[in-house]
Amino acid sequence: MNGTGRKDRREPLIHLSKRDIISPWKAWGIRGIAMFLGLVVCGIAAFLLIEKLQQNPGKIGDFYYTFIRGSFSTSRKLWKFLKNTAILLCISLALTPAFRMRFWNTGGEGQTLVGVLASIAVAFYFGGKIPEWLLLILMLAAALMAGAVWGVIPALFKAKWGTNETLFTLMMNYVATYLVSYFLVVWVPNGSSSLGKLKFGKLPQIYNEHLLIILIVLLLTGGLFVYLNYTKHGYEISVVGESVRTAKYIGINERKVIIRTMILSGALCGLAGYLIAAGADQTVTTNSAGGQGFTGILVAWLGKFNPLMMILTSALIQLLNQGAGQISQDFSVNNSLPNVIVGIVLFFIIGSEFFIHYEIHFRGSGEKKAKGGRLK
Amino acid sequence: MEKQLALQMKGITKRFGPVMANNRVNLDVYRGEILAILGENGCGKTTLMNMIAGIYYPDEGHILIDGQEVAINSPKDAFEHGIGMIHQHFKLVDLFTAAENIVLGVEEGKRYNLKEVSARVGEIAQRYGFQLDPDRKIYDMSVSEKQTVEILKVLYRGADILILDEPTAVLTPQEITKLFAVLRRMREDGKSIIIITHKLNEVMEVSDRVAILRRGEHIATVNTSETNENELTYMMVGRRVSLNIDRTMPVNAVPRLVVRGLNLYNAEGVHVLKNISFDANGGEILGIAGIAGSGQRELLEAISGLQPLESGTIQFNNPKKDRPVTFFHKSLKRVKELCAEGAFHDRNMNDVSFEGLSNGAIRKWVESGDVLFREDEVINLRDKTPLEIRQLGVHLSFVPEDRLGMGLVGNMDITDNMMLRNYRKGPHGFLDRKKPRAQAEKIIEELEVATPGVSTPVRRLSGGNVQKVLVGREIAYTPKVLMAAYPVRGLDIGSSYTIYHLLNRQKENGVAVIFVGEDLDVLLELSDRIMVINGGAITGIVDARKATKEEIGLLMTKTGAREAVNEA
Repeated sequence: MNGTGRKDRREPLIHLSKRDIISPWKAWGIRGIAMFLGLVVCGIAAFLLIEKLQQNPGKIGDFYYTFIRGSFSTSRKLWKFLKNTAILLCISLALTPAFRMRFWNTGGEGQTLVGVLASIAVAFYFGGKIPEWLLLILMLAAALMAGAVWGVIPALFKAKWGTNETLFTLMMNYVATYLVSYFLVVWVPNGSSSLGKLKFGKLPQIYNEHLLIILIVLLLTGGLFVYLNYTKHGYEISVVGESVRTAKYIGINERKVIIRTMILSGALCGLAGYLIAAGADQTVTTNSAGGQGFTGILVAWLGKFNPLMMILTSALIQLLNQGAGQISQDFSVNNSLPNVIVGIVLFFIIGSEFFIHYEIHFRGSGEKKAKGGRLK
Repeated sequence: MEKQLALQMKGITKRFGPVMANNRVNLDVYRGEILAILGENGCGKTTLMNMIAGIYYPDEGHILIDGQEVAINSPKDAFEHGIGMIHQHFKLVDLFTAAENIVLGVEEGKRYNLKEVSARVGEIAQRYGFQLDPDRKIYDMSVSEKQTVEILKVLYRGADILILDEPTAVLTPQEITKLFAVLRRMREDGKSIIIITHKLNEVMEVSDRVAILRRGEHIATVNTSETNENELTYMMVGRRVSLNIDRTMPVNAVPRLVVRGLNLYNAEGVHVLKNISFDANGGEILGIAGIAGSGQRELLEAISGLQPLESGTIQFNNPKKDRPVTFFHKSLKRVKELCAEGAFHDRNMNDVSFEGLSNGAIRKWVESGDVLFREDEVINLRDKTPLEIRQLGVHLSFVPEDRLGMGLVGNMDITDNMMLRNYRKGPHGFLDRKKPRAQAEKIIEELEVATPGVSTPVRRLSGGNVQKVLVGREIAYTPKVLMAAYPVRGLDIGSSYTIYHLLNRQKENGVAVIFVGEDLDVLLELSDRIMVINGGAITGIVDARKATKEEIGLLMTKTGAREAVNEA
């Protein structure tokens, strides 16, 4: 390296530095901007992909309007939106205690599915033979139990042998799916493997068929908020999540906490399964949980594992889902487009976290300040 | 003789978010001098040096080498300008030899010839007086030898400006003397040496000039020969600090914790504690000295029930003699058993017998406070979990080395951290935050913790304030034994003296204090006795009032001397 070469060296074009604290206003501002940009990019993507829009570019306003219409245009859609939000929220809530403990439960899908399966199994075998109220209670008990078992198996392995919970819970999802397939073959011998709606085991209606589910989940939200923040169990979960070494130091039996919390997490997924089975579907398919076990992770994470904030994030995700569904219907495009649109928005929202944690400096910005400083 | 400028920093500013790590710092370094950068932890010493070494890039300001402005974007750039930094944490490959580590990453445009490298390394080593075999593997080396490899690595690449970040922190007094001799030889050879430190006596001993930083600002650069420790402290801290620890004579020191024949193997099967036996007395500070990683952490963790022991006993003498029996930590059944063993007497020194009394009557009698212990209660702590130890009524406090990873939860606020010890209190499943909050407020006030409030997460606090919260909590637990591992590491002078003062007060209250320290001067000033360990074995227990630094330094590196326990 010669002398002139030294001079040619310039400050790097951009460099990053970690922010220490950021005011909540600024953070929400960044998220808002990200969401806005996400929607703009969605519009561009839609324009490129939807033929109807290309023929009539003026309809781009309709595109955004349809987003809202998907959830709010009729009272039926509104109730469907509220109920679906509630079930998604229920699954997210179920995952939250585990996540607060830094136990990455990716098995919400399977835990929910076995909850559905257990409920339907009880309804299938006992429906009509015992009183409906007893049937509903048995279904609930079976769902909670099944979910808890699905949750506690990875926890036991983690506590005993330190196995990786992320992979373990993920694999349990596939076991659950194939278990459902198996029972469908047993229950529906004609080969169609499609169990129709069952006649028994339907939750009673308050006002309409959705309100009871919504109320149950709201109650659960409050309850879980209190459990996580104001009880000794919740405190132990936080300590174990933050540092296992601290937990040991103060005499918390971290294995016990892991097992107890995963029983809870699994059982609450089971409850979500019960709400799907007894409250909505009345049947079981391999797709009964519909991927919400995974979407729930996103909801919980975006909501910073705070049950109250998760009400908003689950509503947001549901709004996107339903809006995108409406778009594919109204603009007669295929079913993959909604996924593209939701994916784009989520990409921007999640990506915005980077800008909340890091600050970006461009070349020259520091120099200007330095010169300004010297003028003083 | 006019000295030649090697490096200049002009108006260097570096921010981390809202934190000003360096604010318009100006610094000159000459050829053939040793410049000490002095400042408390967090004053921006290391950040400043990292900018010369190419690890950070300054937000503002200029760096000049030999009068020419340069931009240092990477450690590689720094090397091209002849700058080499020896970091506090060594960056060596354990399985490689010294020579292999030294040549690693050097691009000479041809195949490595290790023989040639070894010869060249040997030559450099000889020139400056290092003792090192270039063909030894790193894992075979002591900390001081590893440091030598790091320095040689930098010299091999032709560095003229060497930056050493806290080089003495891990060394014994003898090794420090050797290092300084080497540094002086390098100075004679025309190299510029920058040494980052916060130890005043070392600054006085080795440097030619001292640059003092405080809160990211450059306060002054003075000639070492024209200053003294008090003046330097004043510039470093910004106010007068009394550097005295008043040590009282132990009063009525009786064995509180009796440890015998402790052996411990860690998870990898390494014998980390070898036949450790000692007494910790109430009303006394027992200092523990040793090179970092000699088993200090394991010893304290073993006593507090965090490590499964291979063999040995840990016995706690609860000072209960002539004190009332309570049900606080004992069941009625246990009280009856102890009574049958003749452990109690009444106010008139007569034996207590519960024979023929109903449970209710026994309860009433005990609760009246007229049933007293005959002797101190002896409690075995071996194989007990931390929770069991607490349930036995043993007030054992432990300030671990890893404050935010073990002693406290960084993301929780001060109140929730107060609760860690006693959140279980109360009959129902809900937390009671009232008392912990009151306690948090009390500690903030009494120990002058600088914090926006009780609901600030502790990780947002500075090192000194984090430590005050931790020590405050452990003391609030009214300990009978207080163990503290490196309690002043990373603390500023003011906070350090607050902690020394707190430990002294505990000692005066009759607590058995065990203090693991790294600064031998402080250990000698604060402790009553000093236990020295090396490689997991005790190499000596000496009277801190009579021992010298050199004596302890020798014990710190002594090997195979398990039998040489001279009780002071």
